[in-house]
Amino acid sequence: MSTKAISSPRIPLPQWTKSLRAKEAIAGYIFLSPWLLGIILFIVGPMMTSGFLSFTRYDMVNPPTFVGLKNFIEIFTKDRLFWPSLLLTFRYALIVVPFSLVGALSAAMLLNQALRGTTWFRTFFFLPHLTPIVAAAVLWGWIFNADVGPINHWIRTITGSSEAPGWFRDPDWAMTGLIIMAMWGAIGGNTMLIFLAGLQGVPQELYDAAVVDGAGLWAKFRNVTLPMLTPTIFFNMVLGIIGALRVFAAAYVATQGGPAYSTWFYALHIYTRAFQYFEMGYASALAWIFFFVLFVFTYVQFRQSRRWVYYAGEVD
Amino acid sequence: MTGDVIAPERKQAGSGFQQVGLLQSASFKSFLGRGILYLVAISSSAMFMFPFVWTVLSSLKTGGELFTFPPTWFPEVAQYQNYPKVFEIVSWAAWTWNSTFVSIVSTFGAVLTAALVGYSFARFRYPARDVLFMITLSTMMLPVEVTLIPLYLMFAKIGWLDSYRPLIVPSFFGGSAFLIFLMRQFFMSIPIDLDEAARIDGANYLRIFWQILIPLSIPVTATAAVLTFMAQWNEFLQPFIFLNTKSKYTLAIGIRYFQAVAGFADDTEPKYHLLMAASVMMTAPIIIIFFLAQRYLVQGIVMSGIKG
Repeated sequence: MSTKAISSPRIPLPQWTKSLRAKEAIAGYIFLSPWLLGIILFIVGPMMTSGFLSFTRYDMVNPPTFVGLKNFIEIFTKDRLFWPSLLLTFRYALIVVPFSLVGALSAAMLLNQALRGTTWFRTFFFLPHLTPIVAAAVLWGWIFNADVGPINHWIRTITGSSEAPGWFRDPDWAMTGLIIMAMWGAIGGNTMLIFLAGLQGVPQELYDAAVVDGAGLWAKFRNVTLPMLTPTIFFNMVLGIIGALRVFAAAYVATQGGPAYSTWFYALHIYTRAFQYFEMGYASALAWIFFFVLFVFTYVQFRQSRRWVYYAGEVD
Repeated sequence: MTGDVIAPERKQAGSGFQQVGLLQSASFKSFLGRGILYLVAISSSAMFMFPFVWTVLSSLKTGGELFTFPPTWFPEVAQYQNYPKVFEIVSWAAWTWNSTFVSIVSTFGAVLTAALVGYSFARFRYPARDVLFMITLSTMMLPVEVTLIPLYLMFAKIGWLDSYRPLIVPSFFGGSAFLIFLMRQFFMSIPIDLDEAARIDGANYLRIFWQILIPLSIPVTATAAVLTFMAQWNEFLQPFIFLNTKSKYTLAIGIRYFQAVAGFADDTEPKYHLLMAASVMMTAPIIIIFFLAQRYLVQGIVMSGIKG
């Protein structure tokens, strides 16, 4: 708008306006420069390097040798842990994310009821999210202890039998343990706070209008709350899935990927190949496949979002 | 019009107290509803808090008491000496100092440079600004795994491995996309008239930033600082990859090391009670900071989500 006015040919502008604009641009770039440099040094540069490395064999001792697509072919055909780790990582995310979204939304709606002591409830819900992941993995490891842990003690008391899951020791239960642990940290966290703000942003008139039309609790939720919250749900979903697919620390500390590779997440696979076997080329190829999968997955979500996300301020 | 039709019905619902009897009355129903809500709120609070409570109680038991069956809630005698003992058997004091040092220095760098970059995005007009901002936002979705291997190789080449430089130096290049976004959004909500008034009075850009915008942005700067500090304190993957020497560990990897050796103790007694004490000591500072900054923090997190 203002740019047009300045560059209009009819009114000759004095020379100083041009130099002022240039000065502003230069100052803007100077303030931006740390980040520009950061993007080049720590993001774009490394990405290009790992793209190059993915076509090489590199052990850090000898210089990288170009091997073409060999790494990728090996990953897709010979790597016995590639497909299982990719699939179980997705399975984990597709359980953790929907459950924690539903949990976080329910918790936010509970806190939105103007109960007495809401600040306290909010704090109690939020504390697990603050716990460092490593500390959480340590303490859940203890709570899930198969012999003397409280969870198994209750399970035994309730069922009356001496049988109880082995949790982090048992290939059939380790994943469930990690999922419970993740939801404990996720439900009351940032997701809940963002939902809470979203709920408070729903205009009261809409509820009043719904009541006039005879809507009950469920109809109000289904036809007012849920549509108005779709942008928030979408935001939380995209970030939640990216976070869940990248799970590393929790699994590394609680189970080390075991037992019997039952929690061998994709990030763990990359880590092992890169920093334990020092197969930097192979691990770079794994990382790029991961990046590609994440990118496609996020892109699809954005495409799909047009069908179900409703932006109240949007004009079509 | 519609109001006329609805009104009698409403009146009936309100005066239903005498007609329908106590159990069906609206006030009793809402009383019951509130009661259920309180019950749900209290029991879910208990569920969320249980692991903490159990950990604190376990940290005060003796090593042998942890393995009694059936498990007990309370220690027979509270073993407060478990806490100082952690300092004796692992380098807990050094790890705490390392974590504090790394977290504070990188928080300082990240918040300072993120504010400068946010200022640039919020207040200056220059070619490619909006494209660069979109690129900034999209880096939030980039998995670190893609950049971690080359960064490791780079740091190895310049001899930075096993030092804190890989953990600290990158923070001084704008912090993160999230922080930049947070600062930009806040600066944009400050009226530009203030900048212009200062400009007329002869202030340069840096002075406007330092004397006008920053003093008005204390709450969001505090939020950014607290969130960054917490993230750094909890960070596991990077210190785990970049640090080797045990005395240089941060708490996150120190506690993992401790966990790995706790079961196979050098003497016969397992050390899980000390491990629990260590978990409490690692978590406590974060919880204290949260309580001090709660008001700002909740606002800050919420702001980042809604405007996203």
